[in-house]
Amino acid sequence: MKCLLSVAWLVLYCSLSAFSQVDSQVLEAETARVAVVERASQAAVAIFANGGQGGGSGVVISPDGYALSNFHVTNEAGKAMKCGMADGKLYDAVIVGIDPTGDVALLKLLGREDFPHAEMADSDKVQVGDWCFAIGNPFLLATDFHPTVSYGVISGVRRYQYPAGTILEYTDCLQADAAINPGNSGGPMFDAQGRLIGINGRGSFEKRGRVNVGVGYAISINQIKNFLGHLKSGRVVDHATLGASVRSNENRRVVVEDILDESDAYRRGLRYGDEVTHFGGRPVTTVNGFKNVLGIFPKGWRVPLTFQHRGESSEVLVRLRGVHRETELAELLEGKPNVEPDKAPEPKPGEPRTPGRPSPKTPTAPHAKPAPMPEIVKQHFIEKPGYVNYYFNQLNRDRVLKALVARGDYSPLAGPWTILGETGMAEEVQFELSDQQASIKLPSGELKIELEGDLATRLEPPASGGLLVSLAMWRRFLIGGLTGFGDVTYWGTAPLEVIAAGPGSAGLEPNFSGARFALADVLVGTYRDIDCRFLFDPAEGHLLAMEMFPEEDNDPCELYFSDFQEFEGRIFPRRIEVRHADTVYQVIQCKQFKFAPAVEK
Amino acid sequence: MRNLFFDTARWTLALAIVVVASRNPAVAQAIAADSLSQVIESNQPKMVKIYGAGGVRGLESYQSGFLISESGHVLTAWSYVLDTDYITAVLDDGRKFEAKLVGADPRLEVAVLKIEATELPFFDLATSVPAEGGSRVLAFSNLFGVATGDEPASVQHGIIAVKTRLDARRGTFETPYHGSVYVLDAMTNNPGAAGGALTNQHGELLAMLGKELRNAQNNIWLNYALPIDELRGSVDSILAGKFRPGEDKPAIKPDEAVDLASLGVVLVPDILERTPPFVDEVRANSPGQQAGIKPDDLIVFVGENLVHSCKGFREELARIERDLPLRLVLMRGQELIEAVIKPIASPSPEPNAGESKPAASIPDEKIEPESK
Repeated sequence: MKCLLSVAWLVLYCSLSAFSQVDSQVLEAETARVAVVERASQAAVAIFANGGQGGGSGVVISPDGYALSNFHVTNEAGKAMKCGMADGKLYDAVIVGIDPTGDVALLKLLGREDFPHAEMADSDKVQVGDWCFAIGNPFLLATDFHPTVSYGVISGVRRYQYPAGTILEYTDCLQADAAINPGNSGGPMFDAQGRLIGINGRGSFEKRGRVNVGVGYAISINQIKNFLGHLKSGRVVDHATLGASVRSNENRRVVVEDILDESDAYRRGLRYGDEVTHFGGRPVTTVNGFKNVLGIFPKGWRVPLTFQHRGESSEVLVRLRGVHRETELAELLEGKPNVEPDKAPEPKPGEPRTPGRPSPKTPTAPHAKPAPMPEIVKQHFIEKPGYVNYYFNQLNRDRVLKALVARGDYSPLAGPWTILGETGMAEEVQFELSDQQASIKLPSGELKIELEGDLATRLEPPASGGLLVSLAMWRRFLIGGLTGFGDVTYWGTAPLEVIAAGPGSAGLEPNFSGARFALADVLVGTYRDIDCRFLFDPAEGHLLAMEMFPEEDNDPCELYFSDFQEFEGRIFPRRIEVRHADTVYQVIQCKQFKFAPAVEK
Repeated sequence: MRNLFFDTARWTLALAIVVVASRNPAVAQAIAADSLSQVIESNQPKMVKIYGAGGVRGLESYQSGFLISESGHVLTAWSYVLDTDYITAVLDDGRKFEAKLVGADPRLEVAVLKIEATELPFFDLATSVPAEGGSRVLAFSNLFGVATGDEPASVQHGIIAVKTRLDARRGTFETPYHGSVYVLDAMTNNPGAAGGALTNQHGELLAMLGKELRNAQNNIWLNYALPIDELRGSVDSILAGKFRPGEDKPAIKPDEAVDLASLGVVLVPDILERTPPFVDEVRANSPGQQAGIKPDDLIVFVGENLVHSCKGFREELARIERDLPLRLVLMRGQELIEAVIKPIASPSPEPNAGESKPAASIPDEKIEPESK
């Protein structure tokens, strides 16, 4: 009997111990999650403003210290900030660029080139039900800079949140039930693998007070990727409008209800009553869906738009206008908060408010007398009207120009240029370009313009949008660069239609979920009231395209350069495609470049 | 002693076998996250966004619901949002319907709506399952009205903290519902969430999210859901034709009908499209007073017929013979009270007191107190 008892106890002991042992898969999952959270926490930043009285969160996204946060967090903090990280150290940081409408700010932590940083995910792939976690500094608890973690699921994707009485508009955002409290603003939202999917910035707060109610919104990281180049230009970045507003009709189709005559959308054929079916590579089924797409693009981008006009479908590339007037953005820089957007805010039921931010009616507390800027911040800050921090504009402009010059030093080619080539119709063509004149010679005749006076009136040949002026500007830019062309600044990045594969397009990252478009670095130069945009391959440094705008609200003349080859030690394109408005005006195969010596004045 | 040993051994062995058998083999599966997206995707098309009355500050004009039949029955919370002739239901695919109130049970604060559509995905109440404290759950709702058109409802996750009775905290959380609830550890009960669906992580329906409940003393909001087991009988009754608004039923004109004047009851001025039938005054020594009706009572039922407007109440009374007892259900604060009015023998002494006046006129049914 004792034997039976011992057997029974043994069985019970074994089974109880088995019961208390957790399944190994559960333990592995837990260990993996702890490791992911630990790694992700290293990139989190606690931002302190007003001598520690305010602040929020942020996240480092590159080893050289670029970090993202909310505009409404850094706006309180000023140009120089103190940022704590999980290693327990406090770093100096400087503001780089701001996107007040999207509530995003880019800053740079200083003092290291090996900052722990977050890997950015493709937030378009995030699904409802995915596990996620928010890291940050809720209620400014992280006095030792070690951040707080809250876990949850994605409750919704592609959410649209109206600008609730302020400039801040959250479009195409992620909704999660991970606790987002005041102080989490600007902090990262990670996916279960610890990749950055968004920046937390807003919650639905109402009668329960300013605490988590299980509804937090994160700006999608894909939206921020679109703006990142612009933010690095050290400017106040603006969002975009189509120049047309839409509504849902009785058949649940999204149709144009108003359109500006001077908008690019109008020039591309969009009219009142037309149905918008696709925008930015996405199908459009609701007004919110349309606004979601619009909200993720910066002012000035060209975005594919498909619409039905009288039963016929058209796909066009449409250039987006800015939401705000330049003066409004300048006021933001001067510290006047809560600039109302052009369109009237329509608070949605629920009137979500922003965590970590005074209510719109509360005047912003005047900044206490600013502490002297630390030396390391001074080295990374240049004040200039119209810029948040001109230092970073210079930095990126010089980076792009340096990469171009590495393809060849064009400055000695200051004499007249002759380009011999062939048109798409297999006709011989010859261009003569100098500082004073530009001409085209075809078997059918010759055209010549003088490069003086009002260039906007010399847009020859007809229907080209100003090919001769454009080629003259191109030559001038290559020879003169920064000093010889005029005022040249870094604009940011913009999608470029990849004209030809092969050399020159390898370094471009695909955009609009397809390989047809890629992001290029953009410099803007102004010569005698003519604005030109120069688009560069960010990896190879090639000048891939330029756009010459003779007047505002007019179609530019576009030159696309490809098939790069070396001529006399310098890289030149063998193929130049000329576009204007909706058509390809000409494709020129360049066969020979001749450079005459500069004429001594 | 031998027997004791024997018994101990026998029971210990039995216990051991029970413990072995009860060990859950699917623990690892329970945390599999990949399936969550699929579960959510399959349930989203059953969710309904409901828009109706409200819109003034603090009273949102929207709530949630879910389909419970292939032919368009929608279960939702009984609330002021439904106090209108124009209830709009928007399905997950963005289709918009005018919804009709089939019936409601104010005691459980549930209502059933109907839209004219077929072949819809739905939660089958007959196959809903119970759950215990500690179960992982998903809450589907259109809280804060975040989703519009074809945007899917919001999803939150959490754990059932406990299954308990709401009246364990009666007086703290004021509600007419006194049954069992699942108390949740997630922030599920926000504006617009009432009528949402609570499922387990396999997507099986457990409960309906309740209306917002706040503890007036400490400002704590309760997150809870009403188990389908508690609601099923009431929903079946509604679908079987009970608890319906009287206006849906054929009018049988009695020889001599009850009216407000004969009850001695004065309602609040009827100024809205559907003014809730609140009692303004009760005449002294009237049948109404004798039955215990008091000012500020809300008339909820006449017999088994649901009323939710002054007009509806008058119409309901007009179907009832005076020589029959009349049963009313009233809501006083958050308590439901039954009032039985004895047969009214004699005709009303106040022939001028108002039945036939237009609904919108403010003085309407105001009966002057008897002159002294």
